[in-house]
Amino acid sequence: MNRIYFDHSATTPTSKEVLEEMLPFFTDIYGNGSSQHFHGREAGKYIDIARRQVANAIGAKAGEIYFTGGGTESDNWAIRGILEGYKAKGKHIITTCIEHPAMIKTLQSLQKNDLADVTFLDVNSEGFISLEQLKNAIRPDTILISVMTANNEIGTIQDIKAIGEIAKQHNIIFHTDSVQAIGNVAIDVNDMNIDLLSMSAHKFYGPKGVGVLYKRNGIKLGSYMTGGEQERNMRAGTLNTPGIVGCGKAIEIAVRDMDKNNKYVASLRDYFVSEVEKKIDNVYYNGTKSDKRLASNANFSFEFIEGEALLLRLDLAGISVSSGSACSSGSLEPSYVLLATGRAIELAHGSLRFSFGKNNTKQEIDYAIDSLVKIVHDLRELSPLFLKKKGESKYV
Amino acid sequence: MYNERVMKEFAEPKNVGYIEDADGVGKVGNASCGDIMEISLKIDNNIITDAKFRTFGCAAAIASSSVATQMVIGKSIDEALNIKNKDVVETLQGLPPQKIHCSVLAEEAIKKAVEDYQSKNNK
Repeated sequence: MNRIYFDHSATTPTSKEVLEEMLPFFTDIYGNGSSQHFHGREAGKYIDIARRQVANAIGAKAGEIYFTGGGTESDNWAIRGILEGYKAKGKHIITTCIEHPAMIKTLQSLQKNDLADVTFLDVNSEGFISLEQLKNAIRPDTILISVMTANNEIGTIQDIKAIGEIAKQHNIIFHTDSVQAIGNVAIDVNDMNIDLLSMSAHKFYGPKGVGVLYKRNGIKLGSYMTGGEQERNMRAGTLNTPGIVGCGKAIEIAVRDMDKNNKYVASLRDYFVSEVEKKIDNVYYNGTKSDKRLASNANFSFEFIEGEALLLRLDLAGISVSSGSACSSGSLEPSYVLLATGRAIELAHGSLRFSFGKNNTKQEIDYAIDSLVKIVHDLRELSPLFLKKKGESKYV
Repeated sequence: MYNERVMKEFAEPKNVGYIEDADGVGKVGNASCGDIMEISLKIDNNIITDAKFRTFGCAAAIASSSVATQMVIGKSIDEALNIKNKDVVETLQGLPPQKIHCSVLAEEAIKKAVEDYQSKNNK
């Protein structure tokens, strides 16, 4: 079967160009980057190159880049490290209710144990936070504002520069989870007043298992992973040289080709969205139709049907997408992101995320639309909700 | 996460639809939980001669209702009332733990449909 991949927000394939850069570091340049001898120095040299590549991509200094095991670790480290570094000032953190679980669950757990006091900002129907609400949430003991650059489910891109400005005015540290944004949204940590930023290489055609935490010089961050003295005594653990080299190369390519890729991927996405809206009734586009949305992201709720059934029928047709309803991942909760945007619970159960990539084609989109039309029809024929009020919608 | 048996039933469910002149109908679940199951029965002389279903829900819910309709056709209403959710799970050769509730819904839908028939016929 011809398999089609529309789940680039979950992960991307490592590009061949990146893989080729990585390969020598498994077998030839295998030294431990922290060792003082030739083999170690040799590996260390390439880690430094990768560090500069990452720094250049976001306008940072090489010394502000710390390699981690991925986006989740970077988010955990940012929160826990700031709580430790600024405990004299307080433990109040402001974030949003649509952050990735790496943030939300970490903060909820800290809050439950009385280690943090968290304000979760609401979002509007398009997924944007209110800057006014943010300003009003600031307290004397607020030590961190953390707002994701772009949302993983609906692709909404927040006004990071304006948020950074507010944080700076109030002398509060600003962290952004840019895991979905890197390679899709231009980032300059100085222009945007970003103090901490998380990213993950496998989201931008790099390898899995390697991430980055950018930390502005002067920010007091406690260590999260303790042990050896790697990463200027900030993040213990032997450096993953092949992964780090791949991360550096991947981000260099991602930023170099960003405008070209965004233009192409947005054209695929826009075509897909217009065809779906033309050919299927009772569909609801989740997120914003403005350009403040990841070019790769489309998210629909299909009324009368449930997201997991739709996802698995598409899978049977050879198309890989992601269901907003976390049902498929084991829990029975509808998407908290869609609920936060005000979607009815039934629609939050029936959402699908399509995330396109630079290797997708218009031909694949056409096949997917044909499949989707048929599958939505079949599942609606199966649905007791549909037959009762065919064509009518109770949602606006 | 589903076995091949469940996926086959989900991909090609049997007895989809609604019996217009049904003798008993059972509808359980609600949309906010993500599952609604409706089973309609044709009953002749206390024997279930036909069964159809419509389900809003996940793959496990669709597979469970399809299997449930197949299990009751040809059975007496007493036999149908004795069908337990674990019988549905066994027929499907297993469901993931968090999806067991789908088989419970199928058991409940059958019971409700039979009870609907009994109440209409004062039995």
